[in-house]
Amino acid sequence: MSTLTLKNISVKYGRTTVVHDISLTVNNGDIGCLLGPSGCGKTTLLRAIAGFEPVSAGQIQLGEQLISSADKHLAPEQRNIGMVFQDYALFPHLTIADNITFGIRKQSRSEKQQRTTALLQLVNLSGYEKRYPHELSGGQQQRIALARALAPRPKLLLLDEPLGSQDLELREVLAREVRDILKREGTTAILVTHDQQEAFAMADEIGVLRDGQLQQWDRGYQLYHRPANRFVAEFIGQGALLPGEVTDEYSVATPLGAISTGLPVGCEPGCPLSILIRPDDIQLSENGEHSAEITARTFRGAEYLYTLQLADGNQLLALARSHRVHEVGNQVRFTLDLQHLVTLRQATGSEHGKLINS
Amino acid sequence: MTGVNLKQRAWQLVLTAMALLVALPILAVFAYLFIPAAEVWQHLAETVLADYLRNTIWLVLGVAAGVLLLGIPAAWLNSMCQFPGRALFEWALLLPLAMPAYIIAYTYTGMLDFSGPLQSLLRDITGWGYGEYYFPEVRSLGGAILMLSLVLFPYVYLLARAAFLEQSVCVLEVSRTLGCSRWQSFTLVALPLARPAIITGLSLALMETLADFGTVQYFGVPTFTTGIYRTWFGLGDSAAAAQLAAVLMSFVFVLILLERWSRHKARYHHTSNKYSRLPKYQLRGRQAWLATLICALPLLLGFIIPVLQLAWWSLTTADTGFDAGFIELIWHSLLLAAMAAFFALLLALVLGYGKRVNNDPLVSFTSRIAAMGYAIPGTVIAIGVLIPFTWMDRQINAAGNWLFGASPGLLLGGTLFTLLFAYNVRFLSVSLQTVEAGLGKIKPTIDDAGRSLGLGAFGVLQRLHLPLMKGTLLTALLLVFVDVLKELPATLILRPFDFNTLAVRAYEMASDERLADAGLPSIMIVAAGIIPVILLSRSITRARAGGN
Repeated sequence: MSTLTLKNISVKYGRTTVVHDISLTVNNGDIGCLLGPSGCGKTTLLRAIAGFEPVSAGQIQLGEQLISSADKHLAPEQRNIGMVFQDYALFPHLTIADNITFGIRKQSRSEKQQRTTALLQLVNLSGYEKRYPHELSGGQQQRIALARALAPRPKLLLLDEPLGSQDLELREVLAREVRDILKREGTTAILVTHDQQEAFAMADEIGVLRDGQLQQWDRGYQLYHRPANRFVAEFIGQGALLPGEVTDEYSVATPLGAISTGLPVGCEPGCPLSILIRPDDIQLSENGEHSAEITARTFRGAEYLYTLQLADGNQLLALARSHRVHEVGNQVRFTLDLQHLVTLRQATGSEHGKLINS
Repeated sequence: MTGVNLKQRAWQLVLTAMALLVALPILAVFAYLFIPAAEVWQHLAETVLADYLRNTIWLVLGVAAGVLLLGIPAAWLNSMCQFPGRALFEWALLLPLAMPAYIIAYTYTGMLDFSGPLQSLLRDITGWGYGEYYFPEVRSLGGAILMLSLVLFPYVYLLARAAFLEQSVCVLEVSRTLGCSRWQSFTLVALPLARPAIITGLSLALMETLADFGTVQYFGVPTFTTGIYRTWFGLGDSAAAAQLAAVLMSFVFVLILLERWSRHKARYHHTSNKYSRLPKYQLRGRQAWLATLICALPLLLGFIIPVLQLAWWSLTTADTGFDAGFIELIWHSLLLAAMAAFFALLLALVLGYGKRVNNDPLVSFTSRIAAMGYAIPGTVIAIGVLIPFTWMDRQINAAGNWLFGASPGLLLGGTLFTLLFAYNVRFLSVSLQTVEAGLGKIKPTIDDAGRSLGLGAFGVLQRLHLPLMKGTLLTALLLVFVDVLKELPATLILRPFDFNTLAVRAYEMASDERLADAGLPSIMIVAAGIIPVILLSRSITRARAGGN
């Protein structure tokens, strides 16, 4: 197991640059995640780490070893990096045992047998040695693919949309399962996904990518509550952007009154800002200081997601327990419960009251 | 330059070189277009060229009409209707593909000539004598059209049938609800939708027609293929032969373009992804008998009757014909076909896998050129191989003389190597297409998974692709094997002195008017030809069994 370090990595397809100048570090035993919409370059970056794509600039280092740079390219088979593919890519002509031992075929028979037994136990599929891939369900195939990639004890494990082809209900259970397995093996790993729930469930640290550029590399909590920029704020979670104007170094005037920022806003008085308000920042209460009209309601099981409209037309999202039901058209009162205020620079003034429903 | 780029360049170089080598004969023939016309060419142009052109055009038009008439009704009945014998006809209508045109030509000549069974019977019944009645001459342009149509219509049948089956029932039912009768929904909806597939089948059949040498040679119908052969051997003029070949090639290119274009079109004509089983019209009474007849006739004429005749000839000549010489003949044929099939497979694997590992425009372009050989007549390929090989032999001999004062003689020309090379030029596309289809079914992530588990590029091929493609590889071997076994003109021109194969023996016996003696080698070729037909029909039934 080793630490993975990317320094200023760029990847090109022909003349188009798909990955721009990305630097990040995944510490020994940690699980990192590349998160982003399709076409953001996350899979390309993963394939560059695996050695399937050459890098055009920068360095990739695994432990002490330089594995990729503009003039060095270690072949994928020499990197000792395991990979779990989105479609699992189990070898259909080999049994489960032969699939698992494929990467350790040069070891002795007893070693292979031991490793197979141990891995099948780890992925909870003991006794499946003699089966063939097509006899297994999707979830079982996925765990075999994981076992196969883990068998050679890779320095690093890559997972490409590991749960992408699973049923929605299964995903969360599987995500926790995979995370447990990786943690038990102490594997350094990177996964790629477009699903933030999957990223939150599995990863220690998450990088949000957009157009081949790394927007933020952080823990999930930070991405949600301290997004580095507007894209991350909009991509992760839900919420609303309220327009505001800086009044002095520590406060912003908003439709909900003056709000203290706690930190220097870093901008002259008078400059326009957007303030990110998450649904969980709003608490409906009968003696709240603000009031709004409910314009839409979505049932979420344990809670309702309400869309609120302020008197000036700005909209907000609010979460409330489903015990108490407010009807669309009703007026409600609420208080703001901001633990940390996220202010974002405004490109134009026209995006006031924009809702984020990702 | 990184290691990756160097490796990529190396692949490009190897693949391009291989593709160019295979394209060499085609290029050689075209190079002669730019050499000033020799006297022989002048002579040809003044005397026979018009004949060649006229005969070739009539042949192409006639066979086009013939294969459409035989192929489309049979395809329609098989895919849309239910009638006695349909299940049998479905695959049996492919059997004429096993019959090389030159063999069916010998067979019908034997059956229909003056001393043949049909005319003898006619005379016995009527009491007519020689010259007292009219009987159509099979050894004519019309006869050649009929022979070629009888064995080539399965191309149209096969592709039209697949197209009809792929049409969703809905479009046909919609047309019925909009007031079309059955016949109208066929002519207004089904046929136009199937047109690209039918044109593809037609152009394949016409490529074979242009390539045909045995039939027209035997029937004395001068066309380009026989003209090339005559100019090369009779007049000894390679330039004129090559120029004739180049003219023939331009016909072929028209067909290639037509085929490409219609295949391209076909993609837009898919009406549905859901292939529900078609409810077939149940035909009854006279309609049913007519349908059976329409399907039975081409099968009888194109396969069953000639096979019976060949079997009869083989039986009558077996005790004298089946001697040590004949066993050597079989051995030669099998050896040659097996070697050619093996080399073609090897080349196809390198090209196909190279393209997979390193997919860039140059490589896919050159491999497409390399795969063009199938459309090119055997006579043209023979000329195209001989010209550069003779030139190289001459250079080698000159160098030998200059260096050692001795010339090594013919190193390339007239050897088995030349013949094998020509076979590869002609049949590489068969194995390449099969291998590419097989590789296409293996997901690219399988390669990546192999690499990430410690295999190199060769290891992936050896440990993953080859085991996964066992069936495909066997198919590729078999298809080329049988094609080589049937091949006549290139073998005739390029074989080493006194090296005979079954096809050459059949040709020689027929040319010597010893038709009965041609039966034994012929029926063996036909028997081998049935193998790919079985493979084909099996893949058809399997495709149907899937249902969706």
